[in-house]
Amino acid sequence: MTAQLQVRVWRGGADGHYQTYDVPRRDAQTVLDVVSFIQRRLDPTLAYRFACRVGMCGSCAMSVNGRPCWTCRTHVSKVAPSDRLEIAPLANLPIVRDLVTDMREFFDKWARARGRFEPTRTRSDDLARIEPASPPRRAVDRAIECIGCGVCYAACDVVAWNADYLGPAALNRAWTLINDARDGARRERLSAVAGDAGCHACHTHQTCTARCPMHLAPTASIAGLKRATTIAALRGEL
Amino acid sequence: MTAPGWRNRGDAAYWAFLVHRISGLLLSLFLPLHFLVLAQALRGEAALGALLRWSQTPPVEASEVALVFLLAAHLAGGLRLLFIEWGGWRAEAQPALLALSGGAAAFCALAFALNLF
Amino acid sequence: MSNAAATRLWLAQRASAAVLALCVAVHLATMILAVRGGLSATEILNRTRGSSAWAAFYAVFVLSVSIHVPIGLRTVAGEWLAWRGRAADLTCLAVGIALLVLGALAIAAVTR
Repeated sequence: MTAQLQVRVWRGGADGHYQTYDVPRRDAQTVLDVVSFIQRRLDPTLAYRFACRVGMCGSCAMSVNGRPCWTCRTHVSKVAPSDRLEIAPLANLPIVRDLVTDMREFFDKWARARGRFEPTRTRSDDLARIEPASPPRRAVDRAIECIGCGVCYAACDVVAWNADYLGPAALNRAWTLINDARDGARRERLSAVAGDAGCHACHTHQTCTARCPMHLAPTASIAGLKRATTIAALRGEL
Repeated sequence: MTAPGWRNRGDAAYWAFLVHRISGLLLSLFLPLHFLVLAQALRGEAALGALLRWSQTPPVEASEVALVFLLAAHLAGGLRLLFIEWGGWRAEAQPALLALSGGAAAFCALAFALNLF
Repeated sequence: MSNAAATRLWLAQRASAAVLALCVAVHLATMILAVRGGLSATEILNRTRGSSAWAAFYAVFVLSVSIHVPIGLRTVAGEWLAWRGRAADLTCLAVGIALLVLGALAIAAVTR
């Protein structure tokens, strides 16, 4: 007799409810396997997102037993020792339907933090020479692998308490650009990430760093932004 | 409105934040009282003395130990933050930093309590 | 409040925190070492009365606290009470002024 999982899944919008499904346990089963089983065999009306299902794209990010994670990389055996699972959409984002969230604000804040590279050279100029072992380049390398999955944003309490807060991902990306010697918008970017909605609103809970599936440390990047904005403010450049 | 439900807590750095914020709030409530009590000395030593004698009861002395803990915890937590922001963040150092600030605060409270009795 | 102004506020809080670290360390040491078996008015006033050194020390202490506390309260009000804007800022400023006045009274009382 196959063991059964009792899975509570969020259905509907913000005013929705949890619906319970019975899903057979399997070896090496992931939470994404569970959600897919429900949608394909039990309830075709369930809405959810995924793409690569191998831990590369970040599309399958959801809240599992209260913690945001990539469902394709979350083994049921690790999170459901007592055969119970609770699956909800990512926190801190408006719900489109069921397990699907509206990610627009997440990316809008990325833009507000000036998370976009501003070139200073054209194709007719020489290539920029960046020393790979230099401290700024090392800082960039430690933070550059973000794929914008939204897990850190969903995990952050300050995002929940302060609707304007840019959030760990946007600030982390800004930090990689601050340390990029080729970028031409340093001053405007430091201005954009400073203040009540910027790096100064981070209280170092470090939940973002604890949850990041890419093992990045937005906490470290934001600490770096605090240092950079302090120096800019003292120089009157902010 | 976003998804309801509890947010899974348990990360140590979050508790450190909570202790830091709540200790700050409680200290800010205590501070005006502290100033007012000391200002009683303007009425002469006897006035301050009367107040302080009243405070030598077990519940008040227990709250004094608690206050010393709150002050030491807020200081230790604050130093931890200043170190993270200016001394550089390293993953391996985080548990040690938390243990250090917690231990320092407990030490101060204990030292005060032992001297009191 | 502009990003630059909010940054300066944050800096003021960190700077006052650094000063308070020293003041609180001295204050904690004084409390732990000087309070033996209870506190008496005589013990306190014998140490502080007529002392310009203690007056100067407590003046720095009170000034730093009057900067540090209101900025912290402003953040908590904004995040936990969703209270932001001019009214919240002015209330926090009022708290700072009140602490400054009460603190000055306390210093005057114990160092005369």
